[in-house]
Amino acid sequence: MQPTSQIEHDRLFTVASDHMSPGRKATGRALLLFASLLLLAVFAAQVLDAFGTMHFGFTNWRPLLYAYVAWSVALAVSQVMVRGERGQRTLFVLPAVLFTVSMVVFPLIFGLYIAFTDWNLSSLTGRKFNGLDNIGHMWSDPFYWNALFNMVYYVAAVLVEYTIAFGLALLLNADIRGRKFFRVAFLLPLMLSPVAVSWMVGKSMMEIRFGPLAHLARALGWSSPAFFSAPGMAKLSIMVMDAWTFIPLMLIMLLAGLQAMPKDVIEAAKIDGASAWQSFWQVIFPLMLPVSITTVVIRIIFKLKIADIIINVTSGGPGGATDSVTSFIYREYRDRSNVGYGTLLAMVYLVIIVISVTVFLNVLNRRVRDVN
Amino acid sequence: MPLPKAERIGKARSAALDRARAIHIAGRVLIYAVLIVWAIICLFPIYWTVSTSFKIAPDVMRGHLLPWVDFTPKWLGWRSLGLSPETIFQVSTVREEFLKRFTNSAITSLSASVFAVSLGSLAAYGLSRFNYRFGFMRNHDISFFFLSQLILPPVVLAMPFLVLYKELALLDTRIGIILIYTLMVMPIVIWIMRDQFSAIPIELEEAALVDGLSVWGAFLRIVLPLALPGMVAAFILSLVLCWNEYFFAALLTSTDAKTLPVMVASQTGSQGISWWSMAALSTAAIAPLVIVGVLLERYIIKGMTAGAVK
Repeated sequence: MQPTSQIEHDRLFTVASDHMSPGRKATGRALLLFASLLLLAVFAAQVLDAFGTMHFGFTNWRPLLYAYVAWSVALAVSQVMVRGERGQRTLFVLPAVLFTVSMVVFPLIFGLYIAFTDWNLSSLTGRKFNGLDNIGHMWSDPFYWNALFNMVYYVAAVLVEYTIAFGLALLLNADIRGRKFFRVAFLLPLMLSPVAVSWMVGKSMMEIRFGPLAHLARALGWSSPAFFSAPGMAKLSIMVMDAWTFIPLMLIMLLAGLQAMPKDVIEAAKIDGASAWQSFWQVIFPLMLPVSITTVVIRIIFKLKIADIIINVTSGGPGGATDSVTSFIYREYRDRSNVGYGTLLAMVYLVIIVISVTVFLNVLNRRVRDVN
Repeated sequence: MPLPKAERIGKARSAALDRARAIHIAGRVLIYAVLIVWAIICLFPIYWTVSTSFKIAPDVMRGHLLPWVDFTPKWLGWRSLGLSPETIFQVSTVREEFLKRFTNSAITSLSASVFAVSLGSLAAYGLSRFNYRFGFMRNHDISFFFLSQLILPPVVLAMPFLVLYKELALLDTRIGIILIYTLMVMPIVIWIMRDQFSAIPIELEEAALVDGLSVWGAFLRIVLPLALPGMVAAFILSLVLCWNEYFFAALLTSTDAKTLPVMVASQTGSQGISWWSMAALSTAAIAPLVIVGVLLERYIIKGMTAGAVK
């Protein structure tokens, strides 16, 4: 474990004159020590207060939060005082790391604890540990499995969205007039909030009596255009609305990729006599593969969080046909205040996501390596 | 009479050219047709919402579309929000409610985006230039740690945050919402900015260091101005995600810090609400970002260019 091997050189190599007086170092260390002691003291005081052993008159845990912020600042300052130039470099990443760790790790650990408790906000008994009961409950909860199964449909729809987005990106990249107008127009749905879209499209345009889409459907021969009463149709309607807001994101990522592609490669293909079809499949598509993968992965990640539109348009109905995991758990919280069980469902969902995304990325990586 | 050979070839060639030109024109027509159809798909819902906010009941029911041609615009929807010309100077509780939610949304999304872009850019710069070691974690692991936050579904954090915020007295406060939004968009900022910084040649900073600037001086004076377009893109994307966020806002706010999407959603749920006022509310809720999108569209694509290609 050599701290300075050849491979470990920073990209930006600095030769700093790190002459730090021992006094400065000592002050830095003392500062950090003092802040840590303060943090510990506040923590101890809060715990004692919470258990009623002593009374400091705390009404909430805010003081601990302030102590933590003070400790973080002290840590940053002491880094610079003790380690000089190296400390200054650490300072670039330190705030983001501290922030993310404290915002994610504590809640996650706490969430793991909640997940194994029987805790209903509306019941008077408060939370109590109930071991694996929640898992048993989950196992026999058909609505959760149904929601998970729906996610498979929702994620599969990404492929269709990708095809549309790629086609549109190719058109926008072609030599056309009014490109600026089309680009802005195609981007706009991304700017709209899913909640507004739920009303604008789901509740008004798809309204069965006088929504314009219902009019259109009648004109095309569908006599009773009910977009949300049959399970399959409801699912499709939700997918269409979600696709409508997110195709622009895929579109701009793919368009950016197309614009960054070397022009001479396509020219060369054209000179070699390749048709448009051939040059797409044999030149453009393979070159765009990395961008495509990033786009699809990002889109799937967003898709796995789909909830707003479902909550606001169908609340998961009819009969759970449109439920996503997030919207299902949301109702578990909101309507039944079932905190413990809902959190367990969320944790299980997280585990499933992490495993499937990892497997998916590994398979993709291997395939890409095979192609190239 | 057979035509002379040269003339025959000429005719054949011009026929072939004609056919090629016809195919070319047909292709152009098809391209523009697809583009226009998709533009209509993108724009019609927005047009529908804006125009419905000026309709009255019979216009909605008959499905009228064109103002002044098949319906006369009325201020009905905007009056119910207190934003029509007659009501704008009168006291209106609905308008106050709306403005409060609007301010909440503006403050939370702007501050969260500023925080996320600052923290995220610093981290992205550090990761693209220096080697770090926090325990067992190297640069690669730190980057992965940040980006992996992307796949964390909001439901996982929602309940713990509800309980923790209650203990910390952050429930239903703007600060609480800002913190969680910052967390939510920071991975995306880091993802965009890391590639932006990698695209900036390192020699510039080396020259600056030789000239006696510190690491931070070189970053602030040399790198930051160059990375500005990318930061604008990251900022806009953060703004869009925060302004439109519904899930956390619905769970973690109630009266004081409630944001605009939560207000829109609560109005959608009530049965008595009329279309024109709902349309006016939706229009007001989407207007700021539509304007941002129209004005700053080129930055988004520019910022994505680096983000997507690497």
